[in-house]
Amino acid sequence: MIKTEALHIQLGEFRLRNINISIGRNEFFVLMGPTGTGKTVLLEAIAGLIAVQKGAIWIDGEKVDTLSPEKRGVGIVYQDYSLFPHMTVKENITYGLRYHAKKKATAKDRFVNLVKELNLQHLLNRFPTNLSGGENQRVSLARALMIEPLVLLLDEPLSALDPRFREEIRESLKTLHKNSETTFLMVTHDFAEALSLADRAAVMNNGSIEQTGAVEEIFRKPKSTFVADFVGMKNFFAVKFAGNQARVNGLEFDVGGIPSGNCTYIAIRPEDIVLSKEKLHSSMRNSFAGIVTGLVDRGLYYEVWIESAGTPFKATVTKRSLVELGLREGIQIYLSFKATALHFF
Amino acid sequence: MKAKEPFFWVSISCGLIIMIFILLPLVEMLTAPSLSMITQTIQDKEVVRSIWLSIYTAGLAALFAFIFGTPLAYILARTSFPGKRLVESIIDLPIVIPHPVVGIAILSVAGKNHWIGQLFSEFGIRIMGSVTGIVTVLTFVGLPFYVNAVKNGFENISPRLENVSRSLGASMVATFFRITFPLARRSMLIGIIMCSARAISEFGAVVVVAYHPMIAPVLIYERFEGYGLRYSQPVAVWLVTICLVLFLMLRILTLKTGKTS
Repeated sequence: MIKTEALHIQLGEFRLRNINISIGRNEFFVLMGPTGTGKTVLLEAIAGLIAVQKGAIWIDGEKVDTLSPEKRGVGIVYQDYSLFPHMTVKENITYGLRYHAKKKATAKDRFVNLVKELNLQHLLNRFPTNLSGGENQRVSLARALMIEPLVLLLDEPLSALDPRFREEIRESLKTLHKNSETTFLMVTHDFAEALSLADRAAVMNNGSIEQTGAVEEIFRKPKSTFVADFVGMKNFFAVKFAGNQARVNGLEFDVGGIPSGNCTYIAIRPEDIVLSKEKLHSSMRNSFAGIVTGLVDRGLYYEVWIESAGTPFKATVTKRSLVELGLREGIQIYLSFKATALHFF
Repeated sequence: MKAKEPFFWVSISCGLIIMIFILLPLVEMLTAPSLSMITQTIQDKEVVRSIWLSIYTAGLAALFAFIFGTPLAYILARTSFPGKRLVESIIDLPIVIPHPVVGIAILSVAGKNHWIGQLFSEFGIRIMGSVTGIVTVLTFVGLPFYVNAVKNGFENISPRLENVSRSLGASMVATFFRITFPLARRSMLIGIIMCSARAISEFGAVVVVAYHPMIAPVLIYERFEGYGLRYSQPVAVWLVTICLVLFLMLRILTLKTGKTS
């Protein structure tokens, strides 16, 4: 549905280099990366709002590089909703209809369905300035989907919302995607959003794409240290291999077989580390003693900082196990993890 | 700032002095002529003609500013290009040039010794001593006020609104008329008022280009020179009243924008 080929964009200080993505029909694709990596620039380029220096963009098999934005069939939903403030909710939603003569016949049904699905009945005659963030974003979605675009571009649609609205819009996005033929391309800096919504994803860093693939795959097998860090792997160590052993500072890890390729880094997810007061005798072959150096309250869980032989680890525990283990700064603790929990780069 | 500090009292006093400095002469002038003189003045055909001329030449100046200034203001608000600062400074030039110099500058282009002036006279257009001349001068001095006000108005409209409109199928022209124009309407109105208020008060440049037909400020000056203060005051009262109405409209409109945005 969308394909970009060796796309180069220069916009002031911004630079996108060699962007190659390919998104299938009716796919939910997520473009991830920290703020300021050029995700929005890429979206606006696909929408035709920013000029492309080199490379090509295809939408639905058609090369659209020189096509003006209104002819591309690409809807866009911004983080700040960008509703037309001088129009009512109803006028906003039906704004695009007059430019799509073919779609007028089914417009009424679609309008009723969208209004129902997004729960907008009571808002139709109000102006956007008097609505909450969640309501605004629902209107913005309805407006974009009203003309049945080939592609819907979503620029961090959940970021500006309160957590409780965020959940609600996320659910709406899921259902809307399921019930429509439109291909969804969403930009976010939040990996959790990608996990819950997307089929496939790409991780961007500093103007280029680091990894593309199924979200699960990116989560489980990040290809670079940057991606690993982005998907929440906290423990990164430079590693030297000797037989079955991997040496990290003063520690020897059992890695269960030499990894192929030239690996220089090793990573473990914080949630894959098990903490215990006594040394565990289990199938986990890696077990080390360490000193707790810090406890950070992360809301739903605690992050525990542990130092073992000059190597800093981060592990996560629930509040309950925090109490059960009697964790506090300065005490000794054992950390254990399976060889399969290790990731190599 | 606490009420008892000396700095507070100094600030208050300075404010009061400025208020008095602005209001006292104006109030004095407005209350000097008797009611009968004021009503008499407005029955004077020459006065009515000059005030009407002032209003409609200023209005025409605002119209020209609207037609030619709006696209320019849009470009300045939406794009950045090398030399943009220079263009902006050129727009501001009429504000800083002494008024009689403006008149002389315009005459030096529209006069018989310049090819543009010769071209004009071939088409029967006369600048010197004509309504056309007055409108030309007033447009010249009023333009920067319009362009700057509307540029600010456009800048306050998120380009994303235009982006969304285009993605929904509207062309650039349709987007401008359905989104940008309605949202900038208030700033355009303010620009028109600022531009015409500036134009109505112009004297120095007009007097060089066209002493006759007489606009209100020129008439006031002539009455003052010929008959003295007492006879110029009533005309001034009428002109000032009109300017105040314009000013009031402007204030009300700006206050409203402040509330909604």
